Amino acid sequence: MFRLMTMFLLAMASLPATAALQVFATVPEWGALAREIGGDKVSVFTATTALQDPHRIQARPSLLAQARRANLVVATGADLEIGWLPLVLRDSGNANIQPGRPGYFEAARFVTMLDVPLVLDRSQGDIHAAGNPHIQLDPRNLFRIGEALAARLGELDPPNAPAYQAGYKVFAEKWRTAIARWEREAAPLRGVPALAHHDSFVYLAHWLGFKVTGTLEPKPGLEPTSGQLSSLVAGQQGAPARMVLRTAYQSDGPSLWIAGKAGIPAILLPFTVGGTPEAGDLYGLFDDTVQRMLKGLH
Amino acid sequence: MLYKPSFAMAALLAVSCGAQAASDADLAAIRSQIDEMKKTYEQRISALEQRLAEAEASARTKPATAAEVRPVAAESPPPVAVAAAAPSSASAFNPEVSLILQGQYVNTKDIPNRSITGFWPNQLDNLRGFSINETELVIGGSIDPYWRGQAIFAVQDDEVGVEEAWFQSLAIGEGVGLKGGRYRSSIGYLNEQHPHAWDFANAPLMYTAMFGPAASFTEDGLQLKWLAPTPVFLEFGSEIGRGANYPGTDSNKNGAGAWALYAHAGDDFGLSNSWRAGLSYLKTSADDRQGDFTDVNGLHAQASFSGNTATWLADVVWKWAPDGNPKYQNFKFQSEYFQRRDDGSLTCSDPAALGNACLEPVSSNYSTRQSGWYAQGVFQFAPEWRAGLRYDQLASGVQNLGINAANLVVQDYRPKRATAMVDYSWSEFSRLRLQYAQDKSTTGITDNQWIVQYIMSLGAHGAHKF
Repeated sequence: MFRLMTMFLLAMASLPATAALQVFATVPEWGALAREIGGDKVSVFTATTALQDPHRIQARPSLLAQARRANLVVATGADLEIGWLPLVLRDSGNANIQPGRPGYFEAARFVTMLDVPLVLDRSQGDIHAAGNPHIQLDPRNLFRIGEALAARLGELDPPNAPAYQAGYKVFAEKWRTAIARWEREAAPLRGVPALAHHDSFVYLAHWLGFKVTGTLEPKPGLEPTSGQLSSLVAGQQGAPARMVLRTAYQSDGPSLWIAGKAGIPAILLPFTVGGTPEAGDLYGLFDDTVQRMLKGLH
Repeated sequence: MLYKPSFAMAALLAVSCGAQAASDADLAAIRSQIDEMKKTYEQRISALEQRLAEAEASARTKPATAAEVRPVAAESPPPVAVAAAAPSSASAFNPEVSLILQGQYVNTKDIPNRSITGFWPNQLDNLRGFSINETELVIGGSIDPYWRGQAIFAVQDDEVGVEEAWFQSLAIGEGVGLKGGRYRSSIGYLNEQHPHAWDFANAPLMYTAMFGPAASFTEDGLQLKWLAPTPVFLEFGSEIGRGANYPGTDSNKNGAGAWALYAHAGDDFGLSNSWRAGLSYLKTSADDRQGDFTDVNGLHAQASFSGNTATWLADVVWKWAPDGNPKYQNFKFQSEYFQRRDDGSLTCSDPAALGNACLEPVSSNYSTRQSGWYAQGVFQFAPEWRAGLRYDQLASGVQNLGINAANLVVQDYRPKRATAMVDYSWSEFSRLRLQYAQDKSTTGITDNQWIVQYIMSLGAHGAHKF
């Protein structure tokens, strides 16, 4: 009996040494980035999929169980996960992943935020005090986030720190080339006016230079209303939008209605990794985003 | 970086406070230190300004042809600039504050001394017409890296009640969580939820039967829970506390008046389904718990119970949303069952000298075994609209009054209620609900109840539990 116990305890004690660093990513893009940098040194759990509205996730028991075992939580921050993550972190009983600890990483802290509201008032809808949180759609943001993430992984797992640095370097090199290609391909999108279901594509527009001239939601987080949709169609008289964009988790009804009335294509963009069959990883995400938008131009 | 200015402030303070004591040499030394700090900060600020100007300039001269690679983006700036660019939270150092506004219009039969037949007579609400419910003020935030605190004040006409006021551990680790203060016990499923998070305008009958009009067991005490390091959610918890609330009574004594144990398990089935199930046990003790009974001749009689109450609770909740995206459509099913045993003595008396059967107080053994359950389903069929059905049933079960059975009326009854509701939410922060119930919780009366209710929340809106 005693020998059994000892063996069990030894097995328990040796577990953390051999196991990969457990990463809990709130959204698919950070899960994918952690895989790019960490390779087989990390084991990544992604809490949500591209088909789920990141604003509307619930603190499900399965998420608590995963957070309990995580070494690092990679979140977007800027209040994107405010509806569930604080609760999951607090109830996880995991001291290492609490905000302020090295095991808690917020991507939004490393990029320049867009659309930071000057006035905070809920009459403006579900706005985020820190700015628009959909930062992953400007691929240039992934340099800073990736570098910081590699450093953080190294801090939590010092023996593998060089591997994380190397992982980031390889990623950054490939990423730089890919960005150059996307920018070349997406040149025709510069200056193109487009409508969007929600303020999901602010960073994408900032990067590629197209213009989001209106959103189907009257205010962020509120459902599109017939009044809002009609006024957008009426607005097509002046400076007509060339396409209407939505993510995989938003309903297609309002987009298709506008598309039918205004005679412009309704385009589903992957928004994050897994949003379309083609967006299997970070490269696929932007490949497919650019291709789908270009297709919309013709 | 933030600490240094405050150090400078502290130095200034120290200078002003200890001016008389400090020698000129000390003063000169401090002055030179401050000058030095000023200089370094001016340098840093000008460096930051320069960097900002450069960034603006490079933004303006964006290459017209997108073919060019911008290596600027690839270079990450030194950490100082990142820290400076870090978005500051709107709440800064202030706690999160939110206010819940809740009110209703109620159309029901006028039943004075409303209670659930066959159960310990707790006097229930008979409020009709327009009214506001408790207005809840929620204040919470991190205390330090080790603790978090939250208080919920329920404001009513002329009183402020402390609904909850607790601290919670953040830094124990190993899955251990410690909570202390006044909190809603984690037994059952609905017990922890505040009325504004309920899916119906009122609590299930079984919660009213178990815990009286408050419909929740709130405890002053300590909660220790442990989350197992398993891929499936497994949580075990224990609580000890004052046990002042029904079915216990307040007693000024050393030690604990109540304790509880619970276990929760949960997981997902695929992307679309998730569930949680639980089993809880609550032990309370009562000393002179009073209730208004009726004697065999229909006269009012006062009864007092002293003894222990053991309550078992089983709960299950299942949520469904297509692809796990609850925004457009989702369904939630929940059901709970309880069984309770009172064991002790009952004293029947006639304080108003009505000449009832207990003119001379009569003490007897008292034991009961009662149970009940509810099941409800709520379907959100559009982003703003939800509809739900609930069915409640209780069984008065075994009520053994010993020799007092000859003095007091014991009713054998199965209270029932069927409820339907529909609600509309303009946003996550505002909701209007219409509810109809056919209530047969009082013997011989079928009460058709209509409730129109609003729930509004403003300020920081914390996450809700699963």
